[in-house]
Amino acid sequence: MEFLSYLISGVSLGSVYAIIALGYTMVYGIAKMLNFAHGDVIMVGGYISFCGFAYLGLNGWLALLLAMCVCTVLGIVIEGLAYRPLRQATSLAVLITAIGVSYLLQNTALLTWGATPKVYSPLIPLTNAAGEPNALKLGELSISYISLLTMAACIVIMVGLTLFTSRSKMGKAMRACSEDKDAARLMGINVNTTISVTFAIGSALAAVAGVLLCSFNPTLMPTTGSMPGIRAFTAAVFGGIGSIPGAFLGGLLIGVIEAMAKAYISTQLANSVVFAVLIVVLLVRPAGLLGKYVPEKV
Amino acid sequence: MAELLNVSDINVYYGAIHAIKGVSFHVEGGEIVTLIGANGAGKSTTLQTVSGLLHSKTGSITFEGKSIAGVPAHKLVERGLAHVPEGRRIFLQMTVEENLEMGAFTQPNADTPESLERVFEQFPRLKERRRQIAGTLSGGEQQMLAMGRALMSKPKLLMLDEPSMGLAPILVEQIFDIIRSLHKAGTTILLVEQNAQMALSVADRAYVLETGRITLSGTGAELARSDEVKKAYLGG
Repeated sequence: MEFLSYLISGVSLGSVYAIIALGYTMVYGIAKMLNFAHGDVIMVGGYISFCGFAYLGLNGWLALLLAMCVCTVLGIVIEGLAYRPLRQATSLAVLITAIGVSYLLQNTALLTWGATPKVYSPLIPLTNAAGEPNALKLGELSISYISLLTMAACIVIMVGLTLFTSRSKMGKAMRACSEDKDAARLMGINVNTTISVTFAIGSALAAVAGVLLCSFNPTLMPTTGSMPGIRAFTAAVFGGIGSIPGAFLGGLLIGVIEAMAKAYISTQLANSVVFAVLIVVLLVRPAGLLGKYVPEKV
Repeated sequence: MAELLNVSDINVYYGAIHAIKGVSFHVEGGEIVTLIGANGAGKSTTLQTVSGLLHSKTGSITFEGKSIAGVPAHKLVERGLAHVPEGRRIFLQMTVEENLEMGAFTQPNADTPESLERVFEQFPRLKERRRQIAGTLSGGEQQMLAMGRALMSKPKLLMLDEPSMGLAPILVEQIFDIIRSLHKAGTTILLVEQNAQMALSVADRAYVLETGRITLSGTGAELARSDEVKKAYLGG
């Protein structure tokens, strides 16, 4: 029973990682760049939703919607201003720019909202008015509604993205851009627009992740997004970066490994265990669990 | 026939390398025009400049009488220009049908089934393999897919870059039969080829490109008889 409840907390944490990892993996798949500012977009999503309910008096769901809209615009602006001018630049230059954007977002948040952590009220309160936990009871096992919501959101997003990329014209155009940008141009596909759409989707997902993350861990700081961002990046690499099911699987596994390591090994060592597993997986499967190893054409 | 494409005195650079030096040619509606020349003569660069992937520093390119110099590649497709690039460049991880749908990206969705039927009629092999991942096709089939994909946009001008490259002689024959039948159906074609013999046999007119310059031009038959062309490109 104890094991099961650790597993559930791992899966729900992993679902948040998976939602973040989907953003990393889509941007990597299409723009071939690691957007290290992605984690900080999560933090911005957290703050915007916080402002939504704390200052504007919105309910949690409207605040989530507001955060998604703001982050979508933020993602498009970041791509247009910081990354688009570097389309022909080396990947190292783009990487450094992404780290710069990450610091810019963190410090802007610091200036705007201060260093004192904000106490975030979860999307679904952990307890109800009578003081009982807001959770589904299955015998001795209790699963909080926010965990259920997170897992459901993760599955809906993953299925939605899979359908989008396999059925819709824009989704197929994204896959075409991911394979060969010049050939995509010759089809009449506007590659810049396609990359913008990718950033928009990834950033909207980051906002969702931000709200869910803060609902689990209700202290909101300018650095809130960095560690989950890095873990989700790990998850994306673990599952095979560029692959949507890979990000989903990687996220869940990282969440579960982290929860198990905390429960059975040591809280302090949890991160080390996560990264040790990543190293072993990459030694055996360099492209990640579901990634395809594509040799670089010379 | 009206002039469809006019390229006049273009100069294209790769960094400091002057790749195309004052090239001019034109294509009339309904014609097959070929650019032949050795490896590195600038044939592909010329096509890429016409289709907007590269840009010329000087000179002019007009399509149906309107300037297209500086227009980005993705905007030229809806104006009726389709470019089948060297090496086919099909989307290897997508299915045959998805590749064709991408060819119709600029067309209204409602027209796609009809265009698919049209292309499948031309390339029955693609119909058999429509659900297959494009990367599993043979070289000849991949070339057919690349051509079919370009035809999905209902182009006024089809530009083919080395369609025979890497194919067995029997497949080369097949590809050129397809080029003839497309031409018969009224498609205007600009063909770049290293296989000069085949190219000259289908072309109405031809240009010889040498190190970034046009050195000879004439009808396909004239050039096929020319001593210079025979010596340099037709093996005697």
